[in-house]
Amino acid sequence: MTLPLAVAAALFVGVLAYGLFGGADFGSGFYDLLAGGPAKGAELRTLIDHSIGPVWEANHVWLIYVLVMWWTAFPESFAAAMSTLILPFLLALLGIVLRGASFAFRKYSATLGQARVFGAFFALSSVVTPFFFGTIAGAIASGRVPAEGRGELIGSWVNPTSLFGGVIAVGTCAFLGGVFLAADAARGGSERLAEQLRVRTLAVGLVTGAIVFAALVPLERDAPTLADGLETQAAPLVIASALAGVATLVLLVRRRYAIARFTAVAAVAAVLLGWGVGQYPWLLVDQVTIEDAAGADATLAALLVAAGLAAVLVVPALAYLYRLTQTEAWSHH
Amino acid sequence: MGTPELLLTALAEDPAGLLPARQQMALSLGWHIVLACFGVAFPAIIFAMHWRGIYRDDADALVLAQRWAKVSAVLFAIGAVSGTVLSFEMGLLWPGLMGTYGDVLGLPFAFEGLAFFLEAIFLGIYLYGWGRMPPRRHLLMIVPMAFMGIFGAFCVIAVNAWMNVPVGFDVVDGRVTNIDPWAVLLNPGAFFQFLHMWIAAYMVVGFLIASVYAVGMLKGRRDRRHRLGFTLPFVFASLATIVQPVVGHLLGGRLAETQPAKLAAFELATETESPSPLVIGGFLIDGEVRWALEIPYLGSLFARNSFTKGVQGLDTIPVEDQPPVNITHWAFQSMVGIGTLLVLVVVLYWFARWRGRDLLDHRLFLRFISISGVLAVIAMEAGWIATEVGRQPWIVYGVMRTSEGAGSNSGLWWLLGITAVVYAAMTAGAVLVLRSMARRWRAGEEDLPSPYGPEAQLPHGSARR
Repeated sequence: MTLPLAVAAALFVGVLAYGLFGGADFGSGFYDLLAGGPAKGAELRTLIDHSIGPVWEANHVWLIYVLVMWWTAFPESFAAAMSTLILPFLLALLGIVLRGASFAFRKYSATLGQARVFGAFFALSSVVTPFFFGTIAGAIASGRVPAEGRGELIGSWVNPTSLFGGVIAVGTCAFLGGVFLAADAARGGSERLAEQLRVRTLAVGLVTGAIVFAALVPLERDAPTLADGLETQAAPLVIASALAGVATLVLLVRRRYAIARFTAVAAVAAVLLGWGVGQYPWLLVDQVTIEDAAGADATLAALLVAAGLAAVLVVPALAYLYRLTQTEAWSHH
Repeated sequence: MGTPELLLTALAEDPAGLLPARQQMALSLGWHIVLACFGVAFPAIIFAMHWRGIYRDDADALVLAQRWAKVSAVLFAIGAVSGTVLSFEMGLLWPGLMGTYGDVLGLPFAFEGLAFFLEAIFLGIYLYGWGRMPPRRHLLMIVPMAFMGIFGAFCVIAVNAWMNVPVGFDVVDGRVTNIDPWAVLLNPGAFFQFLHMWIAAYMVVGFLIASVYAVGMLKGRRDRRHRLGFTLPFVFASLATIVQPVVGHLLGGRLAETQPAKLAAFELATETESPSPLVIGGFLIDGEVRWALEIPYLGSLFARNSFTKGVQGLDTIPVEDQPPVNITHWAFQSMVGIGTLLVLVVVLYWFARWRGRDLLDHRLFLRFISISGVLAVIAMEAGWIATEVGRQPWIVYGVMRTSEGAGSNSGLWWLLGITAVVYAAMTAGAVLVLRSMARRWRAGEEDLPSPYGPEAQLPHGSARR
């Protein structure tokens, strides 16, 4: 494995982690949005706060990790993507700002009215943000970000691949979030809430799965390089994702929430990994490869040291945090 | 040439993205830096209070530590998002800088990201650990936050120090080569600059918290909690305030060699005089210093540690390489002036206390303390303006001009407008929420009710934290 490839892999681990953990947080906002009025939705919103409150900030940091790794390891492609995709990046950023601030504000707001305003910002931006990240992925994967100069300001992210990317991102986030919330509700002994989430998550899962496979058709024409990769080198991952997705649906039907968390994570991870493997060896598809985009070797090696340190320091701490929140330990005191 | 003319020339020649990008950076970084101070200094202050609560069996201290933890949760959340804004802006506003030097300056950011990661994780554990963990283990959970806040600050400052005194690469035939990212992370300018900022963070946070309780005492709330809530942060702030001039002096001592233009602007030295006077106040108008108070010898003493060596004058520096002199000079002087004032007040308080007098009984002192937090923020912002504006017109000193780092996107003015609105709203939201928290605490509600609707209950049946 070459140095640039190793760093690209470390970067992609960040994309995966953000997609999974950050994605589940965004997905929780989706159910917050649909929870109904203050009286009807109070129980679900309280569950969401309890469920993502301790972890959302840690989950958010993956995004910063990805950005930093990108600009440090592949500086010119970062500058290129930022200048072509300035609009979706800014819109996603706006979503992140509004979401993070209003989530914190809602928790401590003085009146129900304030809480509703902050809550609306939180929930809406939770849905909007992954959409724009999806369009960014679509733009890169369909070869619309030139390595030098500037691509189309609008067309680069308003096109079939980007729009499908955006919708799929929202759907997968909601699917993940729903599974985790349902598991939390069931563990907390709130059967009614778990049931409500189960039905919604099943619907989201079916729709999203259908869209993922429907998207393969327009991809053929709109993003041939990616489509080709998905049909060849990434095919096993596409199949694995389908199987894990179906397994999750079956487990949800049978109310086996705890195990469904793992298959849901596997399904989404396989989709994301499929994208990465499918567009290999391109960093910006059809424009510049990972090898050609890489910065100085000394920097890449240093980044691997940083990533290694992260693996040693961050992963155990994160595991401890998740263990505390995802098990009984913190439910009792 | 006066500043307005310089500005007009700049507008005429520079890429369309330059001015909006600079304003945008000033707004978002200037805003974030206050919250960053809380990330750096607050955990240690909370730790001290929490430690007191556990090991001295002090119930009031525990209550304060827990309340401060909730405040820090709100501040950390908006600090995290405004920090994310900055990492986007690096690419959006400065494509020329990031495309060319991204792999030179990136490593410290990677370590900063690592530090921030651990902070976020342990903040989550600490906040939700109240009442859910053995007390001593719970207390330990804030320690990694405190250390990582400091380490993260060092990393960010290392990048800034590098922009001021670039190392770790060569430019051969216009291409950046021989990159040594570790040299950037450990560059010689970083240490004192970091120390200066770190101490500033303690001043900002210490005085701001002390201000809150001083206001409470002015309103007649003279309970033990107010006294404790004032004293502990004030101790942190006092130590920081007294040490700060020494560190600042050590930091400034490097300028004569590394950035003479910045030093000349700080000292308003139009021509090299040996020894140089200390110039207080004043403006540079058409190449002449007006309305300034000059004290002989002191300029040389403060800037060069000598009674004879002078400060290199602006006349030795080409006009196109000079920073905006008046802004830099006034920012620097404001920082020093406020810092000096704070030193005097802090010394006065502890001296009086040593003599058995309590200045907390004096309304005038309380009134001053109640604005001391804002003063500390102004001093810090002024210091930051001094170092950043003083570096101009270079984004990487002596190597890349700020105009080369910027993009050509004139649409950035729109972005600036939107950002101003969003940040104003975020500030208003934070103030609203923090005030309502304080109000409810005063009313005796320690566990705030669920804001999600009437009769909302946690499915876990646990009390709201």
